[in-house]
Amino acid sequence: MATKFDLDDDGVVVIIGTGAGGGTLANELAQRGVKVVALEAGGRHLPTDYVNDEWDAFVQLSWLDARTTSGSWRVARDFAGLPAWIVKAVGGSTVHWAGASLRFQPHEWKARTTYGHVAGANLLDWPIDADEMDPWYAAAEDKMGVTLTNGIPGLPGNNNYKVFEAGAKALGYSQVSTGRMAINSQPRDGRPACIQLGFCFQGCKSYAKWSTAYTEIPAGEATGNLEVRENAQALVIEHDANGKVNGVVYADADGVHHKQMARVVCVAGNSIETPRILLNSNSALFPDGLANGSGQVGRNYMRHMTGSVYGIFDRPVKMWRGTTMAGIINDEAHHDPSRGFVGGYELETLSLGLPFMAAFLDPGGWGREFTSALDGYENMAGMWIVGEDMPQETNRISLNFDVKDQFGLPAPNVHFDDHPNDVAMRNHAYRQGMAIYQAVGATRVFPTPPYPSTHNLGTARMSEHARDGVVNRWGQAHEVSNLFVSDGSQFTTGAAENPTLTIVALAIRQADHIAREMNAGTL
Amino acid sequence: MTHTASRPGLTRRQLLARSIAAGASFMVGAGFVAARDGAWAMQTAHLEPRSMATLIQMARDIYPHDQLADEFYAIAVRGYDSPEAAPAMEAGIAALDAAAEGHGHASYLDTHWERDRVDILRGMERSAFFQTVRAGLVTGLYNQPDVWPVFGYEGESFSKGGYLARGFDDIAWL
Repeated sequence: MATKFDLDDDGVVVIIGTGAGGGTLANELAQRGVKVVALEAGGRHLPTDYVNDEWDAFVQLSWLDARTTSGSWRVARDFAGLPAWIVKAVGGSTVHWAGASLRFQPHEWKARTTYGHVAGANLLDWPIDADEMDPWYAAAEDKMGVTLTNGIPGLPGNNNYKVFEAGAKALGYSQVSTGRMAINSQPRDGRPACIQLGFCFQGCKSYAKWSTAYTEIPAGEATGNLEVRENAQALVIEHDANGKVNGVVYADADGVHHKQMARVVCVAGNSIETPRILLNSNSALFPDGLANGSGQVGRNYMRHMTGSVYGIFDRPVKMWRGTTMAGIINDEAHHDPSRGFVGGYELETLSLGLPFMAAFLDPGGWGREFTSALDGYENMAGMWIVGEDMPQETNRISLNFDVKDQFGLPAPNVHFDDHPNDVAMRNHAYRQGMAIYQAVGATRVFPTPPYPSTHNLGTARMSEHARDGVVNRWGQAHEVSNLFVSDGSQFTTGAAENPTLTIVALAIRQADHIAREMNAGTL
Repeated sequence: MTHTASRPGLTRRQLLARSIAAGASFMVGAGFVAARDGAWAMQTAHLEPRSMATLIQMARDIYPHDQLADEFYAIAVRGYDSPEAAPAMEAGIAALDAAAEGHGHASYLDTHWERDRVDILRGMERSAFFQTVRAGLVTGLYNQPDVWPVFGYEGESFSKGGYLARGFDDIAWL
């Protein structure tokens, strides 16, 4: 449990981040006998610490370091310093994720081929496909205990789901269920079944939801091969004269800098921090940032086309009771350009507590139009829209030299403009979402703007050719053979599905590759 | 904040006897603002009591919920009664009163129709003062656990075993 590696031990794999990508990779490598030091910027919070209180949990868990925003997205106006809502803690954003675990559809691995040229979009096919990913998805679903796979029953539907399902069926949708969720519907893997707490986003106090914080991390530590160093925020990655990385400089809880030597470095800091670390690691050999010969580091930032729809009814719903997102409609997820856009979207149940509803229903709104909506809170049902957004080179994470973080490093700026395809898809989804609630008697419906990003993707993307991206089919940097990207940053395109399952599947596959190459002496 | 007029040494009658009306809803006296009916009273140390009354009225006009008592709005803005916050608040309230005068009213508190007060607020919607007060209310008002039951929200559920046996799927009207 208390394995410690020396700072000058240059035989270890250093992983930056312990979320879906980093936490899974750490355990999978440790299980294969590889020595791992995982640097986690946040502290270790476990279910006993989690709080059923939206703002208290937000303060406890969120990544709140200095960030700036630009572009025409509304988040830049309403939440200028909070482009993304992600977690800074052991377990990363698997602490607060909703649990939706959907595979990419086969065509989504080949977006450029399937959708053709889309003006203004920097579309590219992934260098891997559905057949290759199939066994890794299966491994991820088994690891995470995904409902409606492996013979695991679906979760029971809560009130919010029942409204959603009735509306979907009234509209003629056929693919509606409580969804494939990494939340136990029955005891599994030493964790109990969901007790319908209703605070999935605040950390699951009952352990029913899969999170690396209390599955992968302790399993890896139990092997004696994994040391998780908490409150250790990675600052820059350093390299030797040959251009191979040799360690990571991090700040400990007291702000003291250390360098952990490494044989291999894997970056999994989520798609804002991952490119920031690479960009901040510039050197004479890599003047534009580490692994950035293509100029694609930080670019093609995707956040999924999102939005929400809330409906108010003449009778109570009490949507906050029970699992937050156990309700998914797949009928609009396919690619059908006759709808006026390429790609597709999922509709998923969503509820917010009163405090967050006040903050997110109509940010900046006030007066009776706003308050009369909240007056209907008890009678409200809610859904989230999540669809494929177009990668654009100009949507990017860059360094803001005018704003420094607590370590004196340039803060990340997140620039985002919707692509016309994103707008067309969102408008379609708003119409369908509102129709679902109107079909079961909603008296008022609200198409609600996107929240700060929870799905951050694409800023160190996977590509067949070095000129088009940052990493190859294994997540290995085109330019630096012992540097890997292990989180959603490597996504070539975003697909319509919530990304965590794919991040986990890619991490298992990457661990298998790294362990094999290390054993062969080729890494 | 006291729920009744229980300032040390003062009965409700004595407190109200030492106060004057501020707008339709409030009474103010030396160092305090109170409900017209004496249901609650709040001391102020850095803001003029009338200014605090104005802030409470403004808070209600920004997020009007007729089922919420003034006391919740008072709790939401009482943090501005501090040495750091008070000067900017006094300046903002002076601008608010000046705007009310421009609309033909004696002051913001003396603007009796909500519609007219909202017009005044719309005119200063982009000011730092308005945005500070509005943004502060999002958490200051809606994150008060005592407010939640008014909206039906049930808050923390873990200590009660979640909703598995407490109605997570009890909707009956579909």
